[in-house]
This record gives sequence, C-alpha cells and structure tokens, in this order.
Amino acid sequence: MVKMPKPDEEVLAKRDYLIRKLRELVDNPDSVIAEKAGLRAFECDGLSAYRQLPMVAVLPETKEEIAEILKFCKSEKVNVVPRGAGTSLSGGALPLADGVLLGLGKFSRILEVDYDNRCAVVQPGVTNLAITDAVKQDGFYYAPDPSSQIACTIGGNIAENSGGVHCLKYGLTTNNVLGVEMVTMDGDIIRLGGKHLDADGYDLMGVVTGSEGLLGVITEVTVRLLKSPECVSAQLIGFPSSEEAGECVGRIIGAGIIPAGMEMMDRYAIHAAEEFCHAGYPLDVEALLIVELDGPEVEIAHNNELIAQIAGECGATVIKQSQSDEERMTFWAGRKAAFPAVGRISPDYMCMDGTIPRSQLPRVLARMNELSKHYGLRVANVFHAGDGNLHPLILFDANIPGELEKCEQFGADILKLCVEVGGVLTGEHGVGIEKRDLMTEMFSEEDLKQQQRLKCAFDPDGRLNPGKVFPILHRCAELGKMHVHNGELPFPDLPRF
Amino acid sequence: MDKYLVENESQIKEALDWALAGGKSLSLAGNSTKESLGRPIQADAELNLSSLSGIELYEPAELVMQAKAGTRLSDIEAVLKQSGQKLAFQPPDYGPLLGGQEGQGTIGGIFSANLSGSERIKAGAARDHLLGVKGFSGRGEAFQTGSRVMKNVTGYDLCKLVCGSYGTIALCTDLTFKVLPKGEKARTILIFGLAEKKAVEVMRNGLSSRHEVSAAAYLPGKIAAETDIDHVSRAQSSVTALRVEGPGPSAEYRCATLRKEFDAEGPQDELHGHNSEKFWKFTSDVRPFLGQGTIWKVSIPPASSPAYIDKVKQACPGIEYYFDWGGGLVWLKVPEEMENGGETFVRNFPDGGHATLIRGNILLRNTISPFQPQDPVMTLLMEKVRAGFDPKGIFNPGRMYAMSGDV
Repeated sequence: MVKMPKPDEEVLAKRDYLIRKLRELVDNPDSVIAEKAGLRAFECDGLSAYRQLPMVAVLPETKEEIAEILKFCKSEKVNVVPRGAGTSLSGGALPLADGVLLGLGKFSRILEVDYDNRCAVVQPGVTNLAITDAVKQDGFYYAPDPSSQIACTIGGNIAENSGGVHCLKYGLTTNNVLGVEMVTMDGDIIRLGGKHLDADGYDLMGVVTGSEGLLGVITEVTVRLLKSPECVSAQLIGFPSSEEAGECVGRIIGAGIIPAGMEMMDRYAIHAAEEFCHAGYPLDVEALLIVELDGPEVEIAHNNELIAQIAGECGATVIKQSQSDEERMTFWAGRKAAFPAVGRISPDYMCMDGTIPRSQLPRVLARMNELSKHYGLRVANVFHAGDGNLHPLILFDANIPGELEKCEQFGADILKLCVEVGGVLTGEHGVGIEKRDLMTEMFSEEDLKQQQRLKCAFDPDGRLNPGKVFPILHRCAELGKMHVHNGELPFPDLPRF
Repeated sequence: MDKYLVENESQIKEALDWALAGGKSLSLAGNSTKESLGRPIQADAELNLSSLSGIELYEPAELVMQAKAGTRLSDIEAVLKQSGQKLAFQPPDYGPLLGGQEGQGTIGGIFSANLSGSERIKAGAARDHLLGVKGFSGRGEAFQTGSRVMKNVTGYDLCKLVCGSYGTIALCTDLTFKVLPKGEKARTILIFGLAEKKAVEVMRNGLSSRHEVSAAAYLPGKIAAETDIDHVSRAQSSVTALRVEGPGPSAEYRCATLRKEFDAEGPQDELHGHNSEKFWKFTSDVRPFLGQGTIWKVSIPPASSPAYIDKVKQACPGIEYYFDWGGGLVWLKVPEEMENGGETFVRNFPDGGHATLIRGNILLRNTISPFQPQDPVMTLLMEKVRAGFDPKGIFNPGRMYAMSGDV
C-alpha cells in the first residue's frame, strides 16, 4: 500500500479554529462540512482501496470564496485537495487527514454556448457528458469521452487530461480546451487562453492540463465544440492471435486511415463481456477488434472495404460490419461493459493503465501471461489499440489476506514492463497515489526535479494535493540551489566559425 | 559574438558549464531563420545546434518520429512524404518573410516557436503534436519529458511549456512528435467577392459543417491578386477559401456538398492537388507580405475579426491584412513609418486575444513588447516558471519578456 504523508499535528490541533474561520470565509455556512457522517461522502475516489476522511470539506460557491479559502490555507499552512466528481482511478482526489477537501460540485453551470466561435464556457463541476447534452440538439458535441463521462466533471478532466475511446482521431482533453480560469494558491484568479487559439507567453494552460490538481484550482473552462459526424459505423474483426490483430491495427493506420476509435479485447475480456451483455462477439477468437469510422457515407464505405481487405490479409477469421446504429451500439456495449463484466466474475479487480509502442504488444502480452501465472492472478485485457493504451484488469479477492498487495505488485510489474518497452506508466488515468512510487521507473531524479520546479513556481509550499504524483517532494528551497561544476575550459574542442 | 557549433551532448554540457561558471549567456540557434523574432537579445555567445541533425526514429504505423533538433524541416517532410504522411499542423516557413531563404528552418526551431500553418484550425498547433523532448535545463542538467507514445499523462506535460518558449526554458536536443497520414486528395473551394463579415460567416458555417474543413482563409482582392494561382488572381476580387480532404470519393463528396451549400453566396471555383497545396502554402508562409512593412500575427476569437478589422482600418487606412483559421488569425502589415508599429490599435481586441510582432525593425522590437504584454500577476508567474528552469538566465536571455532584475 502506498503511504501518505504524516498528518501535521499542529494543524490537527487547531481544527476547530480552522473550521470556524472557514465558515466565516464562505457566504453559506452549510458549505463547510465538519461532521463525520457528512465527510464520509468524500472519503475516497474511484481508487476505492484507499480511504481517508478529510479534516474538513468545503463546497464553495464562487471563485472569490475559493481565492479566500486558498489564501487562508496558505497562511495557516493547511493542505488542500481539490475534488470534482471523485471518479479518479488513481487516487487523485483522495483526501488528507490534515487537509481541506475543496469540492467543486456547486460550480455546475454551463455559462455560455458560443456557436459563432465553436466553443462552450462552463464551470468546472459540469459533467463531461452534460456539455455534449447541451449542444447535441444543434448537432455539436465535445469530443473527449472518458468512460466515466456520465459522472466525471470537466474540471477533473482538465486535472487528469482525460482521454477516451475517440482520442486517436480527436485528441485528449489538452487538445480540446481553449481556455481555463483558475485560482492559484496565492489566491490570484488567472485566465489562461480564451476563445482564441494559442498561448500568449508560456503555454501554462498546457501544463495545468494534466497537473492532477497540484498547480491550482480550476474555476472555469472554455472547450472546443465539434460538429457531429454525418455517419458512424463499426466493424467487429476477430483474430486467432493478438499478434495478427496488432499487425492489422498497424496496417490500417499505415494505409492512411485514422479510425474514430479502435479497440482490442483479449479472449478473457471477450468471454466476460459476451456473457454479461450478449453483444454477439465471436467466442472462438483470441483477439477482437472494434474499428469505428465516422464521416460521410462514401468515405466510410471506401475505408471499410480497405479495412476488410487488410483484416483478411492479416488472418482475420470473423469480419462483421454494423448494419445499423443499433447494431453498432451493441458492438460497443460489450466493450463498454468490459469492466463491470469482469467485476461480475471476480470479487474485485484492479484496472491498470499503461501505454506501449504498439509494435511491442505481443511481447507485453506474452510477459503478462507469465506474470499472471507467477502471481496466480488472472488478467483480462482491453486495449485502446490505435494509440497503444493498455488496460489490463487484474482479478483478485480482497477478502483473501495478502491478495490486494499481490495484485498491486502484479500491477506494478506490468507498468514497469510498459516503461521497459518504451512506453509510459499511465495513458489516461493519471499518476495520483497509485503510480506515484513508480515514477522513478520512468523518470530520472533530474527529470523529476524539472517537473517539481514547475510546481515550485505555482505552489512553493506544496499545499495543493501533496502526496500525489511525486514520490519524494523536494523542498523548493533545495530545488532552487544551483550546483555549478568546473566550467573554466572555454570550449577546447568546439569548432568556432 | 562568438559562435560555437556543437555536435553532441557532451559539447553542449561543456558549453553550459562554461556559461554557468563564468556568468555568461548563450543564444540558441539552429539555422537562425527566426533570429529576428522576439526581443533582441545580448548574449555572450551563440550555441549553434544545426549540426545536431538526423531522424532517429520513424514508425509510420505508430504515427511517430523522433529527430535531432537541428534536422531541417524540409528533410523531415521529404521522408514523411514517402510514406504518405505529414506534419498535420503544417509548419510554416517564415524564411523568405523574414528576409532569408526557403527550406532552412529546423524542427527544433518550429517547436521552440510553436508555429503552425493554415491547417492548425483542424489539426491543432505544433504544441499538440510534440510528444517528447530531450535536452538540458539552464542549470546544465540533462533531462527528458514526455515519451514516444501518443497517450501519456505521466507527470506534468512539460512539452507544452518548452513548445513556444523560444529557447528560454530549455535547450532541446531531441524532439519526438506525432505524424499523420496525408489525405489522399485535397480540394479547396473558392468563393469570390465576399466582404469580411459575410466571409467570416461562410467560414464559420464551413467549419461548423460535417465536412471536417481543414483550413479556412479570406484574402481581400488586393492580396488575392498577388497569388500566382490563376484561378485566384484572375477573379479580381476577394477570395474565401475552404479546404477539405480525404480519400478521393470523400474529398469530392465533401467539396460538392459544401459548394452546393454556398451556392447563393457568390461565384465559385475550386483548386485541386498542386494548386490547392500552393494556395495554403501562400497563406501559411505569409507570402502576401514579403518585402517591407511591420507584420503582426493576431489571434482572436474568429467571430470578432470583422469588428476588429473595421477598427484597425479606421486607425490605419494603409493597412494590409488577411484572415486565416476561419477569422481566428488576422495577419496585418502596417506601414513601417507607423508609430510603435501601430501597437495601440493592433492590440485593441473587442473580445480578447493576443498579438505577436513577427517582423519589425530592431528599434521597434526594443521599444514595444513583440509578445503580448502580461498583467503583473502573470508576468511574475511566468518569470517564476522560467527562472525555475534557468535561474541564471543563460538561455536566450529576455527573448520573450524581460527577466527579473532587467530594466
């Protein structure tokens, strides 16, 4: 289990004083929750193996209140954990025993839909899907679609740089956000970007996106809206081996086709999903691809033909073309239900999230099978095949002593493997606490120092979401020191011109 | 100023140690095509990275390439073309615009300046395509950030910070970036004779259509007449252009459908293949403004561009301009004699935005801020960010904004 920083006794000792002062800072005294029963609602996020009651929770209603709360917390040396809907799968919103939990749930209004500039301005507590719901009657949508989109908030999406099944073609959150307004730990309200394109000065919006709540508290977001495609269609393609499926994915992209979505499932996931929701998946294949195309009918027909040909050449044994929107949704139903389906056949499961260079897929799957045998835990794989984002689901039973630890160890081994083959620890779920102690697998001490120097510019005291992302938080004063080596030699070997 | 041509990482490290120990500063350069962009800087020596060159990794099926910072864009694009791929943000070539030659720019330069062409409106900016960076901080520490995979949220996305920082945050030695298939066919629809307001409306409708319009520009008659594409110049009127692409049947269908939708707007024509490519190179590389004059790149909400340009025209009747990015990008050429390059009216945005001085004489670049001035809170924050990576200001000192302690 990952350890959290030791609570500050001095802060805990003045809890009553802090609560009283926080009540003075907000307009509505009910915005401050101090009772155990009320705090229970915030004790964990989507990484539910970790639970912790916050010292106090505050649900502010205006950005000015947030600014006052942050300034106050800074001066009182109190940590702050921002929280949207709490759907993080990496523990990004896990409370701290000595911290203020800052819930953005009341920031739930869509402020403006601006079709002339093809964007929407929303508050951070608006759910991802609510943005699309607000504009779909006019044929528009917001592209990133994390699987939790019905519940997760756009503020959380910014914090995590959320992806989804369509990001191969349409990008991650960072590629679909035009502007943010946020409050810094100093209590300054700043705007980065807007309805225009590109940053003026440094691209701070770019680094705030995906910063996991460590740099500031988002209070407003401007997102890009896209027109919904004319037609959408999907193919189910089954293969006798995952190597052949991987080869097919590479060749589709190599042929110049960027599908809207391209998902792969392994045998175990196919069977679990099929049993759960009868999507019509073939059960005699080792790997199944769902390839979704969008665009005008002529384009889809043209590309589908090409894909079927490539799939045939790669050894596909099943090729099924969706004949209606309904059938397409059925194809997806299985994939989307893969997690609960696996949840049904196992008391507990843990969802991992590494990305690998796609060519390494056979190697990674083979090694994962070995690890599965070694740990005695089963694993099912679903995979955003187009961009190499792997979601192994490790099955375990938390009631068996030691099994959670074994599962975590297995998961860590998988992520180390991802890094070893040239990939990364997390493709879309974030580091949070879950992968915090693995950061050194991917980054050197120097690499991590550079990242923390960014943190020091925004929050030198490390008050925002401490204990997340970085395995060791260096003090900013220490990071700021310069070590100058002997540099007396003025370029003895360098050619001058 | 001494120039040092470095050929490998250990020479860079040596140079940085020298600069740090002796309190010296370095200007970072590739082929120096963008030297006149930004604030003029006084550095003790130039560190030239143009010999740090070569493609290190290219996997067309994984849509990824890695190259040394000094690799010429023209070389990269030639290799990509062989596999039917491209840099989707359409890196512009400002060489001729800034008084230099064509085809000299490097991959390090384009990402350091975060420059994108007309197709940016759909494909995203250079910064959206940068996946990983290897280099040195201004503390002389070698580091890397990002990776070679498309989907990565491990740690802060420092690539975004490096991209567009004009070499003031880090010295990049290797860049890893996303590449994409080139559409099999492209079609550019031309609509003649529209006034600005109508043109921006037409571009909005095109960009809001289901046809994945990948570029949208508006050239007033005077500028349209200067293209060397007959279809455009012979019309003797303004041109509104929309680009679609895809497999043959798809590009044709999208083009035909859009043309029908815009039937009532005015006379039309279309550009294919080579001519279409030529047109968007003309707009991306700012070819209308070769020669003299102060040039501004203005990024504003697209719908605000007609009102914006009206006010600019009132303030400066001699102004030349055209729109790209559906109206979200306004290119301005201000007569050289205009006081302060016309900054007062150029930076007067009705609905937010920012303006960058792309071409201005050295006096002007010393007088006004080439990059959009920031309020005190943002100035301090950005300087803190910069100083964290380069506390002694050894990289391109003051190239974007004055450093703390500077006058």
